[in-house]
Amino acid sequence: MWLWIHKFGSPPHAYRLLGQLAPWFGWAALVLILAATYWGLVEAPRDYQQGDAFRILYVHAPSAWMSMFVYVVMAVAAGIGMIWRIKLAHAAAAACAPIGASFTFLALATGSIWGKPMWGTWWVWDARLTSELILLFLYLGYMALRSSFDDPQRADRASAVLAIVGVINVPIIHYSVEWWTTLHQPASVTKLDKPSIALEMLYPLFLMIIGFQVYFGWAISRRLRGEILRRERNAKWLQEAR
Amino acid sequence: MDLREFLNMGGYAGYVWSAYGLTALVLVWNWWAARRCEVEEQQSARRRSSAD
Repeated sequence: MWLWIHKFGSPPHAYRLLGQLAPWFGWAALVLILAATYWGLVEAPRDYQQGDAFRILYVHAPSAWMSMFVYVVMAVAAGIGMIWRIKLAHAAAAACAPIGASFTFLALATGSIWGKPMWGTWWVWDARLTSELILLFLYLGYMALRSSFDDPQRADRASAVLAIVGVINVPIIHYSVEWWTTLHQPASVTKLDKPSIALEMLYPLFLMIIGFQVYFGWAISRRLRGEILRRERNAKWLQEAR
Repeated sequence: MDLREFLNMGGYAGYVWSAYGLTALVLVWNWWAARRCEVEEQQSARRRSSAD
């Protein structure tokens, strides 16, 4: 186990492994997302209350899920980097931020587009929407903080603290629809009893979420390879590899 | 199914298609940005090693 961690934690090994994995992730994500899009737009039945507008669900919920998932990955990676001083973990956290920020933006934007016909407004300052907006600012703040340091090690430490403290916002986003009154509907899938959504509407959603996860796997592989090269610019393995 | 009916999305065409279009845009941007991030570092690594 420790040997495995040590091996994976070594930049040359990780660099090669990510390079081998990335194309698989990329093609799988493309197939999954296209299949889920077709299923969600064409095959899934129309909602009896929302009509075809409910189909926005298939892009809104997966991006909202990813916005939180990527943040947790980023915070865990930053924590591992802080505790065990693994540089690769800090690099992974740094690679997560722009991807997570883009998913958060997408969740907010598609939610707003969905809100207009259903709620009659693009935006309300309620707990769910506000806490998701704070998540976007956490990502942007994380990236701004990183870029304000010239020394990557200091940037790693300072930004890790922000990432770890900010993780408190993730359960707040999730439970915001239960704790406060809001226009946003409560969870229909991630709850303990059975989902309150028809299965034929649910399957394309699961497929899209898996597609987004695999897509994240692809994006993080590419960005992490870039991060590794930048941090290892004077390393011996890199010079030997050329 | 009728194509015009499909594109019309039960009267919600503007909302549904702009949400899906925006998603496609963000995914493509991510793809481009992540790839560029990797390729730029590869090129600068190559430049450094040829300068040595």
